[in-house]
Amino acid sequence: MNPSLAVIFLTLFSGAGFGLMVSTIIVNDFQIDGGLSPLRTAISVVLALLLVTVGMISSTAHLANPKNAWRAFSRWRTSWLAREGIFAVLFYPITIAYLGWVFFTNSDRDIVSLALGNVAAIVALITIFCQGMIYACLRTIRQWHTPLVPANFYALGLALGMTILATIRLLVGGPSLILVSSAGALLIAAAVMKGIYYFWIGRPSGTTLQSATGFSGGRVRLLDQGHTFGTFLTREFSNSITPARAARFKLAVYVVGFIVPTVVLLLGAHMALGILVLIAPLSAFVGIGLERYLFFVEAQHVVNLYHGRAPQSMPAMHPALKAHAEAQAKQGRLVPSYDKR
Amino acid sequence: MRLGLVIDLDTCVGCHACATACKEWNASAITAPLSDYDPYGKEPSGVWFNRIRHYEVGEYPNNKTINFPMSCMHCENAECVTVCPTGASYKRPEDGIVLVDQDKCMGCNYCSWACPYGARELDRESGTMKKCTLCVDRIYDETLPVEERQPACVLACPAHARMFGDLDDVDSAASRAVRERAGYGLMPEMNYHPTNQYLPPRTRAAIPTHDLARPSLARKVKEWVNRVVER
Repeated sequence: MNPSLAVIFLTLFSGAGFGLMVSTIIVNDFQIDGGLSPLRTAISVVLALLLVTVGMISSTAHLANPKNAWRAFSRWRTSWLAREGIFAVLFYPITIAYLGWVFFTNSDRDIVSLALGNVAAIVALITIFCQGMIYACLRTIRQWHTPLVPANFYALGLALGMTILATIRLLVGGPSLILVSSAGALLIAAAVMKGIYYFWIGRPSGTTLQSATGFSGGRVRLLDQGHTFGTFLTREFSNSITPARAARFKLAVYVVGFIVPTVVLLLGAHMALGILVLIAPLSAFVGIGLERYLFFVEAQHVVNLYHGRAPQSMPAMHPALKAHAEAQAKQGRLVPSYDKR
Repeated sequence: MRLGLVIDLDTCVGCHACATACKEWNASAITAPLSDYDPYGKEPSGVWFNRIRHYEVGEYPNNKTINFPMSCMHCENAECVTVCPTGASYKRPEDGIVLVDQDKCMGCNYCSWACPYGARELDRESGTMKKCTLCVDRIYDETLPVEERQPACVLACPAHARMFGDLDDVDSAASRAVRERAGYGLMPEMNYHPTNQYLPPRTRAAIPTHDLARPSLARKVKEWVNRVVER
């Protein structure tokens, strides 16, 4: 898929914003490390709103005809994109009401702020789920059509949110051990979840050019794709990444997105790092931004098959089977045909 | 009623006449224009509703060239319609034709992601998604003679490899052809239930070549020259 910056920023920043809102409410609900003071709660919520807004504005850059964007809420009965839009918009009035209540009453522990805050957090959680389902519901893209996608969106959004909260606590001082441990645990959980996802999409499966053309009985090879230069289909769907390059990117995702932030936060909890603790959230954003780039560029739409392109992560034949077939061929036995790549 | 196309892969000669006829009709039809980008330049490109690809199936000498036209399949389970957030994409209940309301589309590309057949293309000039309309503005036009109330691609096909009809009507020529020739829909595992059906090529024995006379020296030289001289 085309890794357009608009959708990368939409999912990265709005995911982090919703995650920050949820983390703020969890920290206040359970008074983790003493909870947040009303002023700091207000600052966290403003930051969450800013992140969500950056995401929403960048998403409109993806639209070719933004003057009709207001219609995007109408098909909520069937479309996850419409549902995401509705919950993202619903998030604003509830969160702003919470922000106003906490700021003007200077209290974040009374029943009104508890109710408003938790409703806003639940809306944020639902929005993250809808955002994941936008991708996970597409049967045409094998790398997205898995429940791991919304699960990853949750893990990464909450990890970013808690990392921001822990960083703020380390900057302003005060008890920070549980906040830092929570951020570390969420980052590690997100890293493991992403590992499961990478394992899952690495297995060859799904539609082939044979089933796409209906000629399941023999080898099918593209002779001519019928157009001289790019089409909408090649521009939108033909981006890919070599497995070696993807592996290097994944290493960077793990180091920059998960290991560096965890280590910086742990160091910050035990020694005075000062402003250097900001490395944790910045590094997490860069790493998870890279993760989001990979999420799009590794996704291979089935229409690529018609252009004779087997997706990079989907070999024509599993390496183990291929080795077996080649051994059989050496002994003069019948070999199933496969594309020599 | 379930209107659709039946495409005969046995007789399709891969001439692209259906695609050009489609482009010609739809450049001034209900979702017009179909924009072209850089049409006379170095890298011509543009919006097309019908694309023909060419494949080789099987191994020599039992191989065959298959010309493969593809347009919107007007699926029964059209997920391009259900994913559309604006309501611009819709499937007509009366005849099953999938259309895009150009006044409602916001150009988010999401429907094209949901389509496994690559039937939808964004027009960069209008910023809206466009697709095959099954020539909805021809097939019901009572000012046209009855035999011309068919999609432009079907009328243009010189090999009669395209058939238009109601696939719900078991007696229509299209349904009969699907039944008699074991027609099939593409990517059944996706569960989109495409309306358009493809008729597989008839099996014929490979044309023997071993008994041909050995080429003369002059012919060998001529063939060698043809290979080495670039056009």
